[in-house]
Amino acid sequence: MELKELQGYATFFMTIFLVLMLYGYIMHLYRSEKKGEKDYEKYGKMALDDEIDSTPIETNPNSPKKTKEQNK
Amino acid sequence: MQSNAALEYDYSVAKLFTLTTILFGIIGMTVGTLIAAQLAFPQLNYLIGEYGTFSRLRPLHTDVVVYGFLLSGIWSTFYYVAQRVLKVSMAESKFLMFIGKFHFYLYFVGALIAVVTLLLGITQSKEYAEFEWPIDIVIVLIWVLWGISVFGIIGIRREKSLYISLWYYIACFLGVAMLYLFNNMALPTYFVSGGIGSIFHSVSMYSGTNDALVQWWFGHNAVGFVFTVGVIAQIYYFLPKESGQAVYSYKLSLLSFWGLMFVYLWAGSHHLIWSTVPDWMQTMGSVFSVVLILPSWGSAINMLLTMKGEWNQLTDNPIIKLMVLASTFYMLSTIEGPIQSIKSVNAIAHFTDWIPGHVHDGVLGWVGFMTMAALFHMAPRIFKREIYSRKLIDIQFWIQTTGIVLYFTSMWVAGITQGMMWRAVDEYGNLMYSFIDTVAILHPYYVIRTVAGLLYLTGFFIFAFNMIKTMTASAKLTEEPQHRTPMAA
Repeated sequence: MELKELQGYATFFMTIFLVLMLYGYIMHLYRSEKKGEKDYEKYGKMALDDEIDSTPIETNPNSPKKTKEQNK
Repeated sequence: MQSNAALEYDYSVAKLFTLTTILFGIIGMTVGTLIAAQLAFPQLNYLIGEYGTFSRLRPLHTDVVVYGFLLSGIWSTFYYVAQRVLKVSMAESKFLMFIGKFHFYLYFVGALIAVVTLLLGITQSKEYAEFEWPIDIVIVLIWVLWGISVFGIIGIRREKSLYISLWYYIACFLGVAMLYLFNNMALPTYFVSGGIGSIFHSVSMYSGTNDALVQWWFGHNAVGFVFTVGVIAQIYYFLPKESGQAVYSYKLSLLSFWGLMFVYLWAGSHHLIWSTVPDWMQTMGSVFSVVLILPSWGSAINMLLTMKGEWNQLTDNPIIKLMVLASTFYMLSTIEGPIQSIKSVNAIAHFTDWIPGHVHDGVLGWVGFMTMAALFHMAPRIFKREIYSRKLIDIQFWIQTTGIVLYFTSMWVAGITQGMMWRAVDEYGNLMYSFIDTVAILHPYYVIRTVAGLLYLTGFFIFAFNMIKTMTASAKLTEEPQHRTPMAA
């Protein structure tokens, strides 16, 4: 097989692979939301409710300290 | 750290970068307008000797708007947005505060040195990567400092998940780090020539076609990882926040992010279509460029749909207007780019004025409008004063929009005319036109472009005036606005 032919096959299969990866990711996003494992849309609120003493959407367990008491 | 004082976000670094965004915007766009005028009226090349020639000023224009205006805008918004979406203040870490300020001051000094060396004609002659190796080392240090800030603030966050904007800022950091290092691999001519060259002047470690490939892998992805991801990072935060509407689909934002990351890096070879690079590589660049429409439009449509049911804000709020138009210009630019990457279209478009036309509907419409909208949103929150004048934003918007439309339409006509004239042959196969014929035909379009540049620049001065007045003379705010930015009539 010539190099040029090999490059052709490589490009074709890589494209197929990337398409499958992409569709796989879309399915993963929707399926995990349907099963109730994840709620991706709640992360959109991070931009809206972003005061320093707002309650985090998901609290970082290694977070330095609370701010609510401090800002009372 | 503080025990009793109320904890607040600390915007001191964001403020510093806001100032340089305005400063470098003025310098970069003024030079841009001057060089547009030079193309229409060549005698303008000789105003200040060698320092005022097109060849000296063109790299100054591109580098100051990209690495001065745009990067300052990205950093000023980063130091604002990162704290807020992670719900942690920079005031909580003296180390991060020091790094942030050091990042700014080293950047400012580096930028001044870069400007001076470009004016002196010191360059390694690679487009958008003109700086000689000592400046490259300073740039790497600046980038490392930003990296420490990015991952440092993530390290002390209260919010566990990273908001989509932060993913884009991280992509900007990692992408540019990789691209810049590989494209700037160079050797001082002193060592290459066995002692007769210069220590400070360097040549690329790659040669010929390989050098071109690495250069355009860098060049195209600099557009991707600075102009695109650095600005998407901003719109994903500022449009939802200013409108009070959560992003339409968070899932779509994730999908578009990974799509963009996968596809962008393969598209650079479209800059070298019909050149000496292997044909399959040209085809690959072309195909990936067309595929790029999907993740680009994914983000842009997500932004437009975020306004669903709230389109009245488009007429009520000029900041929303700037952002919606930015998003629309992003769509225009990201459909135009792939069209130009198709081999048969590229045969006409390559090397013509259609290319700067394409670039400028992206940078003036998308990057410029979004950066100014972000600064308008931040100003009342970081300076604790309302926007000085809503009317001025409206005036600025219309002047600049007219400027952008004149710019890209004139360059579309000029570019296609130029491309068609270059390839026109008579019945014997001889070229019908010489180069100077095209120059004479294109003169009116170059004049229109100069006028377009003047309009955009005028709008930018209005923006700068409005911002400075906001910082110094506007009514003070007692509490931070939640969504809509307060502004005086």
